[in-house]
Amino acid sequence: MTNLALLALVLLVVLPVGLPIFRLNMVAKYLTYAFVALGLVMLWGKAGVLSLGQGVFFGLGGYCMAMFLKLEASDPVSTKIQSTPGIPDFMDWNQITHLPAFWVPFKSLPFSLFAVIAVPTLAAFVVGLAMFKRRVGGVYFAVITQALALILSLAIDSRQGYTGGRNGITDLKTLWGWDIRTHHAQYILYFVTCVLLLAAILFSQWLLSGKTGKMLLAMRDREDRVRFSGYDVSMFKVATFCFAAALSGLGGALFVLQVGFISPSLVGIVPSIEMVIFCAVGGRTSLYGAIYGTLLVNTGKSLFSENFPQLWLFAMGGLFIAVVVLFPDGLAGLFELGRKKLKPWMEKTRNKPSLPVGLPGTVAKGDQP
Amino acid sequence: MIFAYSPAELWSIFVMQGFAGLSLFSVLLLMALGLAIIFGQMGVVNLAHGEFMALGAYTVYLCSTLVANHAPKLQPYYFVIAIIVAFLVAALAGLLVEWSLIRFLYKRPLDTLLATWGLSLIMQQSFRSIFGAREVTPTLPEWLMGSFKPTPNIDIPINGVFVMGLTLLLAFGVWLFMYRSRIGLQMRATVQNRTMSGAVGINTKLVDRFTFSLGCGIAGVAGAAFTTIGSTGPDSGSRYIVDTFLVVVFGGASSLLGTIASAFGIAQGQSILEFFLEGTAGKVAILLTIVIVLMIRPKGLFPGKIRTA
Repeated sequence: MTNLALLALVLLVVLPVGLPIFRLNMVAKYLTYAFVALGLVMLWGKAGVLSLGQGVFFGLGGYCMAMFLKLEASDPVSTKIQSTPGIPDFMDWNQITHLPAFWVPFKSLPFSLFAVIAVPTLAAFVVGLAMFKRRVGGVYFAVITQALALILSLAIDSRQGYTGGRNGITDLKTLWGWDIRTHHAQYILYFVTCVLLLAAILFSQWLLSGKTGKMLLAMRDREDRVRFSGYDVSMFKVATFCFAAALSGLGGALFVLQVGFISPSLVGIVPSIEMVIFCAVGGRTSLYGAIYGTLLVNTGKSLFSENFPQLWLFAMGGLFIAVVVLFPDGLAGLFELGRKKLKPWMEKTRNKPSLPVGLPGTVAKGDQP
Repeated sequence: MIFAYSPAELWSIFVMQGFAGLSLFSVLLLMALGLAIIFGQMGVVNLAHGEFMALGAYTVYLCSTLVANHAPKLQPYYFVIAIIVAFLVAALAGLLVEWSLIRFLYKRPLDTLLATWGLSLIMQQSFRSIFGAREVTPTLPEWLMGSFKPTPNIDIPINGVFVMGLTLLLAFGVWLFMYRSRIGLQMRATVQNRTMSGAVGINTKLVDRFTFSLGCGIAGVAGAAFTTIGSTGPDSGSRYIVDTFLVVVFGGASSLLGTIASAFGIAQGQSILEFFLEGTAGKVAILLTIVIVLMIRPKGLFPGKIRTA
């Protein structure tokens, strides 16, 4: 509970009060990445499946939302200078004269909101089913998810008429009449993002607290034993994969609302691997760690890019290596280490003998929510 | 699409696309050979492999500038020596990387993935800082320019033939080395059963180091070969890394023959599809096909029969 209270305090009070709206909007953007990192904690930290293609689901959710917003911004009145008014500008440039069939359902807000969660989940279901049923895991799975990220970014890139191509979908203005570009709107969207993020954490904790949590843990550490005990390991993995995809899709949609555009550069290999590093820096088994990790790495990225652009990639590369070699449990691990060192000291000052770790009644190493 | 062309035109198209495909095949195979050794034999996922390739290319560029500035008379002869230098530089870099980073991560393939990605970022930025962000090309010797013209419709570039020849030579060399030499035997033994190899006196740590640097050296040669068909920039390495991994995984990671077969199939498939489906759509189609096949047959076309116990 204290973790939750602390995070809520930081997100809902400290940051909005302490930062100007420009910086707060950047933090909001980082928080949308945090959704992906959260999904990765569930998928990688708890279930043991590394996916290097979460950008795919982030992008799918983002594009669904962007398509709705773009259609709204391309009403016949504002596009009357185009040769075909009423369709998005990039379709006009590509001599497309009517809205392609798969764009038409996105005229409705309920459908778009549904699609933001449903499309990534469906994609994850198909891919996950095909791979986990065949027991593709580990490195092979990671490479295939990378390939999927590449495929989607290339596919979007190559069809400028249908998807906006490399430029992506830009010039988004209003959400059902409400202008999303004003400062006021940005504050509201920030708080909506925070609340949704906290809700996602609570939901994940609830999932982990029951039988599912134990199952995921068991699957991560001794998959064959779980299988021999009669459980369907592949369906659990598919379900976790879908959950991570849904979270990423939600993050993508919130990203589009706050940043105002989406492009294939957020879908490909590089952003997908970066999202893994956000999760790893925070501590791959820690839900709260994912949030802090994302905020930390992205803040570092902005600071470096603004002040020492040449050094940024060195720092990022070094961070990858350091996280893997030196502190595999990330920030959460360091935090736990600090707590353990402090505990005997605190116990001593209260004149109570401290129990060594591992006996019943003490906190076991490893799984902190 | 296909039917819009006459049979003579179709024949010329297939021959030219076939050669373009063979060119792509040699590119993919050169990259995949090094990676197959590192990934297939050692289980290390080296996402920095493309950067070792770029290192080889930049080495050739450096040799070219050095020769142009200090010994212009050597211009026609330097290229072959530059390729050998590229091999040595890349292999040395691989040795350094193995000693400082990879050897801590042998039991953790997913971690090698992340760590080598970080390494690739560092290497890319180093290239950018040292050589600049623009693409560079070494001055290629005269005998590599131009093309053969067996018939008026068919145009076969000489550098494509050179790269193909180099690839076949290298593939043969690797096969000879792995299956007919003492060190190759030690490499295979270490991969198949590390404990027993150690017990019979093979220094497995040294063998690992050597294997990794050999793989990187081959990547360096690949980079040198690429200078004949394209320019080199800081991110040239990352352009082909996913394709290379797919080639290796598709062929069955532990089989050299599989790597060759899959590189050939993928290259030709992509080349032909690219012509009829315009550019990127062809690549997307081929990638999708590979992924679908991998979902059906995850171990690739020629899976090894090695027990991993």
